[in-house]
Amino acid sequence: MDKNMKILVVDDFSTMRRIIKNLLRDLGFSNADEADDGNTALPMLQTGKYDFLVTDWNMPGMTGIDLLRAVRADDNLKSLPVLMVTAEAKRDQIVAAAQAGVNGYVVKPFTAAVLKEKIDKIFERIDS
Amino acid sequence: MTNKEDNSQNMSVFEEQLKSQASNLKDLVDSGDISQALKVISELNATRDQSLYQEVGRLTRTLHESIRNFHIDTAGQGAGGDELSTIDDATDRLSYVVDMTNKAANRTLDLVEESMPIASEMKEEADILKGDWGKLRRREMKPDEFRLLYKRMDLFLDKLSKQSDKVYRNLSDILLAQDFQDLTGQVIKRVTGLVQEVEENLVSLVAMAGKVDQITGTVHEGLEKEQQEDIERGEGPQMHAEERVDVVSSQDDVDDLLSSLGF
Repeated sequence: MDKNMKILVVDDFSTMRRIIKNLLRDLGFSNADEADDGNTALPMLQTGKYDFLVTDWNMPGMTGIDLLRAVRADDNLKSLPVLMVTAEAKRDQIVAAAQAGVNGYVVKPFTAAVLKEKIDKIFERIDS
Repeated sequence: MTNKEDNSQNMSVFEEQLKSQASNLKDLVDSGDISQALKVISELNATRDQSLYQEVGRLTRTLHESIRNFHIDTAGQGAGGDELSTIDDATDRLSYVVDMTNKAANRTLDLVEESMPIASEMKEEADILKGDWGKLRRREMKPDEFRLLYKRMDLFLDKLSKQSDKVYRNLSDILLAQDFQDLTGQVIKRVTGLVQEVEENLVSLVAMAGKVDQITGTVHEGLEKEQQEDIERGEGPQMHAEERVDVVSSQDDVDDLLSSLGF
């Protein structure tokens, strides 16, 4: 796993973006940008400079699940690893995210250890 | 509560009359006395209309009272109105909660972000000194190295004292930044009270409207139709997740569910 990889953190609450960025930095990933919803995130992703997407579900404008689907439908982005970090906790939603091709799902409130574990797992699979 | 008693009385007057006149009406029609039968029908109609007017009147009065109770501004969007409507007030209060929690979270994050590099800087410096100190104890240190260590130790202790002070102050500021909980808690409790009051009023309005429906024989369609919840939009945090089967209550549940899907 490349610790210098470029990460995009998408959440409509700036404090949550700060918390996630801080946790990522603690885990050694200091190269993260922010976006406040899918509509802002998608054009950023389409520049092709991101290696990992961390997104919330419930956001005004474009939601995280729609962003995930848009990423999977885009030929240049379809293999981008996506971790969902969200308060959405319905079984149907988790199943929908899995069907849409999410790589990991973390429910809020979460701990630094859980975030680390999921990121490690995602990149273990990709690297293997 | 007198209203309710009045209501049931009104209803029973109309219903009783309907009941007693129904058989009377049948007898009259059977015996061929159509004009008398029509008279009975118009009497029944008059009673029904009267009850209906009373119910509609009561409904309107209650509606007005509810509106007055909550100071809902019916004459435009509050421009020039001295008194803030209760709902506007509640909206303001909730915005205050969002502001307060946002401020507290940012203040805390600022202080944490300020303290973390201090802690790691101190650790780095301490690690270097520890290495040098080991060298000294193993008597592997040259005199000029020792002079450097001597100076360095002096600087470190001085810095450590100042930086610990800084971290301590930051921690105490973080402590103070939690005071929002008390203030927002009070505000949210007030708004919760208001919501309960609004609900009670709405329930009594619905009950009154039900009486009107009963007299006019109105049936509402589609009200019971299950509202399709839009999971696509997202719903935010779930309450009472432990008691619900359609909601996961922990990260372990999420992991179990995903692994059952082959993740």
